[in-house]
Amino acid sequence: MSRSLQGSAGVIATARLIAAKDLRVERRSRVLLNQVLPFALIVMVMFAFALDSDAVLERVAPGLVWLATLFSVLVMVSRSFAVETADGALDQLRSAGVPATGIFIGKMLALMAQLLVLVALLVGAAVVLYRASFSWEGGVLLVTTAIAATCGLAAVGTLYGGLAAGAKGRETLLPLLLLPVVAPVLIGATRATESAFGTNGIAISEGWPWFGLLAVFAVLFSVAGAVAFGPLLDD
Amino acid sequence: MSFIAHEPSSDVVIDLIDAVAVLGSFPALAGATLSVRRGEIVLLQGPNGAGKTTLLRLCAGLIPLERGQGYVLGVDLKNDRELVRHRVGVIGHNNGLYADLTVTENVRFWGRTVGATHGEVDAALQRMGLNGRLADLPVSRLSAGQKRRTALAGLVARRAELWLLDEPHAGLDAAGRDELDQVLKMAASAGATVVVASHELERAGQLATRQVEVVAGQVRELGAS
Repeated sequence: MSRSLQGSAGVIATARLIAAKDLRVERRSRVLLNQVLPFALIVMVMFAFALDSDAVLERVAPGLVWLATLFSVLVMVSRSFAVETADGALDQLRSAGVPATGIFIGKMLALMAQLLVLVALLVGAAVVLYRASFSWEGGVLLVTTAIAATCGLAAVGTLYGGLAAGAKGRETLLPLLLLPVVAPVLIGATRATESAFGTNGIAISEGWPWFGLLAVFAVLFSVAGAVAFGPLLDD
Repeated sequence: MSFIAHEPSSDVVIDLIDAVAVLGSFPALAGATLSVRRGEIVLLQGPNGAGKTTLLRLCAGLIPLERGQGYVLGVDLKNDRELVRHRVGVIGHNNGLYADLTVTENVRFWGRTVGATHGEVDAALQRMGLNGRLADLPVSRLSAGQKRRTALAGLVARRAELWLLDEPHAGLDAAGRDELDQVLKMAASAGATVVVASHELERAGQLATRQVEVVAGQVRELGAS
């Protein structure tokens, strides 16, 4: 008699299984390391060339960090689902009755882990290239902002990545679907990061309400994604 | 009309009675009746668009049974079709493998979707002849036949009781086809039930213990091979 991973324990086990598999695929293929991170760094350098003013770069550094993150998210989400659809694994997972909520959470967690690495690198690049700086308190705000923002981006990315996975022209469809929805993350994360960097003399305390927005966004899309992912894949 | 009972101990794995399944507004299965017993290898033949793939998808619980009756592994497809999914293995034109992972990692992944232990995964690899040097190779470096064998090892690790295969010989060379036939015979002798939709009648016919023809959404018995 066959067994199955059912119920909440099944969802958690599935999420761990999928996240571990996605991270193992990344460790083997090194797409994040060899392609996405260099791409994000090139974007940061190109911004520096385009704006060509230390004062301007210092002022817009937070926005550039998150814009580069958004561009990279598109590549990472495409990659995350290309791995699943290349040989029909996503269809097999659904055919095998693997809980869709577990698939969603697992892919979201793996994406979030990779995004956190990316954001850390981009903040480092902002410090080096744009002369951004932050205090210890600003660092706390920066870390919590990065966690909330990457959680929101990973949730939306996984949800819309799943939606676009079976569609024709998914490479062009994904940015159209994703970018408008993550606009609140771009705004919230940029404002919170401005506070963390002290850009234009903005106080750190002004960043925490923006963190609140990011946290609400992350919770909303995580729950919505967990609920909607199964029906969305089956359709 | 079938009079076969559907208690869990029943030997009947698939029992469809006047089954109707609709794709969009088109009745892809229009009153199909089919009974398959445990350990059989059944060949579904018929022209393109006749309903073979729809029949497989219905038996896998992937599409709803609109009318008629349908039981797979004792599960009523009308009310509980999702319950049958984790007991059935479906392999279509794709293998559902991750190219960057090794053979062992792929089989372990599919086994762990049902909580299989390392020992069970190792046993599946051994049964499919994938232990040794092959086990540590990334799937991207395998031949088409080896990839198909890896996918089937995933079904063994998942302990799938019913294997539904859509054109399993497609894309394989002669050696790969021979390998596949051996694996399917071995699976059936170990108690799995195999339903194969194929256009390759000569090869699949030699493999099958029974053949049926799907025409215009209905099933016609052709007898034992």
